[in-house]
Amino acid sequence: MTIAFDYTRSLGPVLGRFMAGLRDRRVLGARTSDGRVHVPPLEFDPVTHKPVTDLVEVSGAGTVVSWTWSPHPLEGQPLDRPFGWALIRLDGADTTMIHAVDAGAETRMRTGMRVRARWAADRTGHIRDLACFEPAGSSVGSSAGSSAGSAVGSSAGEAAGEPVRIMVTPIRLHYRHTTSDEEDHYLRALADGRLIGQRCPACRKVYVPPRVCPADGVAPGEVVAVSDRGTVTTFCVVNVPFAGQRLDPPYVVAQVLLDGADIPVPHLILGLDAAQVRMGMRVAAVWRDRAQWSATPENIAHFEPTGEPDAGYESYAEHL
Amino acid sequence: MSDVAVIGFAAADTSVTTSGVETLVPVFERALGRAGLSRREVDFWCSGSSDYLAGRAFSFVSAVDAIGAVPPITESHVEMDAAWAFYEAYLKIVSGEAETALVYGFGKAGAGDLNRVLALQLDPYTVAPLWPDATSVAALQARLALEAGLFTERDMAVVAARDRAETAEELLTRPYVAAPLRAHDVARLADGAAAVVLAAGDRARHRPSAGDRPAWITGIAHRVDPPGLGERDLTAVPSATAAAADAGLGADVEVVALHAPFTHQELLLRAALGLPDSTRSVAPEGNAMFSAGLSRIGAAATEVMSGRARTAVAHATGGPALQQNLVCVLTGSETV
Repeated sequence: MTIAFDYTRSLGPVLGRFMAGLRDRRVLGARTSDGRVHVPPLEFDPVTHKPVTDLVEVSGAGTVVSWTWSPHPLEGQPLDRPFGWALIRLDGADTTMIHAVDAGAETRMRTGMRVRARWAADRTGHIRDLACFEPAGSSVGSSAGSSAGSAVGSSAGEAAGEPVRIMVTPIRLHYRHTTSDEEDHYLRALADGRLIGQRCPACRKVYVPPRVCPADGVAPGEVVAVSDRGTVTTFCVVNVPFAGQRLDPPYVVAQVLLDGADIPVPHLILGLDAAQVRMGMRVAAVWRDRAQWSATPENIAHFEPTGEPDAGYESYAEHL
Repeated sequence: MSDVAVIGFAAADTSVTTSGVETLVPVFERALGRAGLSRREVDFWCSGSSDYLAGRAFSFVSAVDAIGAVPPITESHVEMDAAWAFYEAYLKIVSGEAETALVYGFGKAGAGDLNRVLALQLDPYTVAPLWPDATSVAALQARLALEAGLFTERDMAVVAARDRAETAEELLTRPYVAAPLRAHDVARLADGAAAVVLAAGDRARHRPSAGDRPAWITGIAHRVDPPGLGERDLTAVPSATAAAADAGLGADVEVVALHAPFTHQELLLRAALGLPDSTRSVAPEGNAMFSAGLSRIGAAATEVMSGRARTAVAHATGGPALQQNLVCVLTGSETV
């Protein structure tokens, strides 16, 4: 499963100017009350706790203070070929910043080496405008999409651009979720066209899908076959369109208490006008064509009314 | 103010789902069994975990299923190692709001790419968008310490060899994974969970069904260093030193359980905490992210509860390059 999100962050007066500087191929540092210049900039003075207002330009060239070598770059990192990570003290700064060094080979990395900024061709006011660093005095590995321009000696008198207000950082992470034993049995039964639950050994309730009993905190026991028919306990009519929606609104999502279960499952109620759905309505699963089955709850396309008389309120009151 | 003691500990080194529920149920049973308490006797539950690690929203809410929250319970959570949840539970008892507490942590690092997940704890404006992986960040710290002459790569290998069949010399023949770190310098990826039970004075003393003595907390403190990697001296761990001073750590402590995800960090921490070489290290069970620090508290407390040690200190860390540090000092004698 891949989870991705574009983090959209507003920038204050310090970072806004810092990012605007990067867009203009200039690196700005924050000067604090003790005279130290911090790159990346601090927004507040760690000694006086006052907002930092004094930004000064430092060089795009600097010295490697510590380094390591990444033989196998990871997704999202500045370079997709082996590169060095380094703590770099830019000329004019008192602190170090971490960034990538496109050195080509581990043997070219050393503490004390001189490096200079390589700027991205398309700059938007983002830390990634600083594409990476490269050994100073060399033109090693200039990459597609990056210009090999150097910031050394960039004009301090250049008019500063408007501070950047917003920066967007896409975050993408990948996960491999595993099922519990109980979920495994449940999903395998679904692949076989069956619905099963498991009974809590303490309170005797049947959970569908089977799970650790949230009331008693114990693992579920006896496996219980449950019906693919049940009762609508409560429902909502979806009227709002949203990204990825598979049905045209309005449609009904209901909690269905399957016969033999003690906890309802959420599902679609189709085959009738949304306004006709009601609490207590008896419904039955509509299974997809067997050829489409897999080990997922999607084997049941939706539920439809059975035409039976409605169940009495007292039969599901406890399950609302 | 109440005296507070650790009275039970259990850990697991596997994890089933990212919610932790199935893993936590037996861990709770064992920890409470050791403490001589029943589930219903726990006044306060507190956990540490991370949604970024779990790859799901509100994973700590799912985990509450393992408690059995009917009738309702009092519960809290920190998005940190559960050692910090332990601190919260300690305060809850000291302030008289609870007499007993169960603290738990869980993590399934193997579900995602831990090295990338941990990049997201770095500064979100200027650092995280570069995705510096946790191992590389640690390697930058290790090189600074090595080149400052604080220790050697062999010293680091000796730390690793303690829990391995190979000698330090053999380990040093291996290639770097992120120079100057070799595979043995990086903690093995671990899934799992841990739980620690605490109780106030008399509740800890009078437990008919428990065999162990309580491990009394004589001091606990946590401190934090600046988040910027270039804003602090990465070869010192001032926040660990400060936390140790606040927790009243003395040089006479017999046993230490350090939370050092990298071998060089154990060496940095020993220096920062002022531990003499004679202080015995315990290798804790339970190394999963977000419960490894709590497991150190559990391991140190177990040494005291079992009578193997009179005094013990546990340490937990969080953040990049030992940024946040917690120190807990424990004793078996009641001269608190």
